[in-house]
Amino acid sequence: MVKAEVKNLNFSYGEKQVLKNVSMPIYDNKITALIGPSGCGKTTLLRCFNRMHDLYKGAKYDGQILLHPDEVNILARDIDPMEVRMRIGMVFQKPNPFPKSIYENVVYGLKVRGIKRRSFLQERCEQSLQAAGLWGEVKDRLNSGAQMLSGGQQQRLCIARALAVEPELLLLDEPTSALDPISTSHIEDLIVDLKKTVTIVIVTHNLHQAARVSDRTAFMYLGDLIEFDETSKMFTTPSDKRTENYITGRFG
Amino acid sequence: MARPKLAEFTSANHPVRRIRRIKELLIEAVLFAAAASSVFVTLGIVYILVSESLPFFAHVSFTEFLTEREWTPLFAEPKYGILPLLCGTFLTTVIALLLAIPLGTIIATYLSEYANARAREILKPILELLAAVPTVVYGYFALLFVTPLLQKIMPNLPGFNVLAAGLVIGVMIIPYVSSLTEDAMRAVPGYLREASYAVGASRMQTAFRVVIPAAFSGISSAYILGISRALGETMVVAIAAGMQPNLTLNPTEPAATITAFIVQVSLGDLPHGSVGYQSIYVAGLTLLILTLTFNVIGFALRKRFREVY
Ligand SMILES: Nc1ncnc2c1ncn2[C@@H]1O[C@H](COP(=O)(O)OP(=O)(O)OP(=O)(O)O)[C@@H](O)[C@H]1O
Ligand SMILES: [Mg+2]
Repeated sequence: MVKAEVKNLNFSYGEKQVLKNVSMPIYDNKITALIGPSGCGKTTLLRCFNRMHDLYKGAKYDGQILLHPDEVNILARDIDPMEVRMRIGMVFQKPNPFPKSIYENVVYGLKVRGIKRRSFLQERCEQSLQAAGLWGEVKDRLNSGAQMLSGGQQQRLCIARALAVEPELLLLDEPTSALDPISTSHIEDLIVDLKKTVTIVIVTHNLHQAARVSDRTAFMYLGDLIEFDETSKMFTTPSDKRTENYITGRFG
Repeated sequence: MARPKLAEFTSANHPVRRIRRIKELLIEAVLFAAAASSVFVTLGIVYILVSESLPFFAHVSFTEFLTEREWTPLFAEPKYGILPLLCGTFLTTVIALLLAIPLGTIIATYLSEYANARAREILKPILELLAAVPTVVYGYFALLFVTPLLQKIMPNLPGFNVLAAGLVIGVMIIPYVSSLTEDAMRAVPGYLREASYAVGASRMQTAFRVVIPAAFSGISSAYILGISRALGETMVVAIAAGMQPNLTLNPTEPAATITAFIVQVSLGDLPHGSVGYQSIYVAGLTLLILTLTFNVIGFALRKRFREVY
């Protein structure tokens, strides 16, 4: 089952082309990892999915990303980016909780959708924090500031915030790169757990992480999608020389 | 020419190093003197206000000052109740803020969250121009333009009234409020906006639910500056509000503010040392205390709401 399909995606910042004719499927309830050397366009590709580029001037793109089951092309001009972001959540590289309470952070997306019923918000807050593996640590201080949490906790809070609105697709941009090994393994377990309910695309520099958590891996190089395959196959018998060089640590 | 060795310079007694030390000391002294001068000026002002006010309270009891309902220091039978002046000051300030705070915040929100570079380039100089207009001009604008306009809606409005003065002061302080508010909003890091957009928020929701609360400490400074400007504004009220101390909260009546009283009386020829003369200083001191209070509140708000991004 395919959740989303990238088709002939080209992207440039001004004159500088960053993605070159990228096409790949994103499988339903699977984890797809994007790997590749720094600057190859992983973040750029990820941010196409939720139209984050529309916030800034100078980004030009063409091609399609079809979101199933309704096969809507989320890159189409007549599609409102807000509608896209309602369906596709994102967690950023650096934890970015709002300077609000833990509770307000989690229910922000729901409130933005006009949901006001307190009992519903509270229930959803608990569920999302449970799903993000943070509930036990914060259940007694939901009203204290999110800034009081550790970096790893803040990142799980951001995951809870994204989960609270039940996205169909969750984008993770190096979600553990700012965290210590223990928080990292915490979040990795969490990600694997989450794929039961949500399709995930994760950018990572950590090849072990890609190997541990993902089902499919895409290797990108200088804006090209070099290879896309099942993770186990990609890491054992890559078909492209460049992929092999990268995963064996010969460049990048 | 032989190049001097580095080791020579590293000796603490080398002339180059000594001169450098002396230069540093000198610079530090100059900078300190500059910083200290502002403190001395402030202390001097406070000293004069207090020392000239003290004899006043030898003639007028403190209770009379605070409870008497009239302020007529120049009459044959003078009354010294500060309430009418406080009332006038309070009323003009509130009217001005009711206009300037919402409008200034909306303008700042537009400039910081919506406007593109071009719109900003056009709008900001116009706003700054608003702050550059001399206050006398604003005064006559209130008296000769705004009041007649208001009289079309309210035929009974007297020629001198608090409403027109307050509204015009409001217009006058909009640029102060909007420019500081905009600075505070633009200082909110982009990743907080992205976090908001990423869960599906609109621009307006992002501005009002994330950016403004996150910038609250800076925005409160903007509001406090607006309040201080409105409290201290003199010309507009002196020209357009009528200079009659009036214990009322009705904005359609004439009234006088503390500042308007001060200019009115200091332009006359009161004998030095008379109670009337001293009353100017008392009024000035009262204004200083008011402004100071708001600054302290502002400081407390900033500390309380300082956001760690
Ligand atoms: N806002 C921007 N304006 C112009 N060029 C940009 C912008 N953002 C990224 N780029 C360029 O686009 C290319 C791809 O950047 P991108 O951030 O997608 O790389 P990445 O694969 O995520 O790298 P990393 O692993 O370091 O995060 C880089 O060459 C980068 O310099
Ligand atoms: Mg990146």
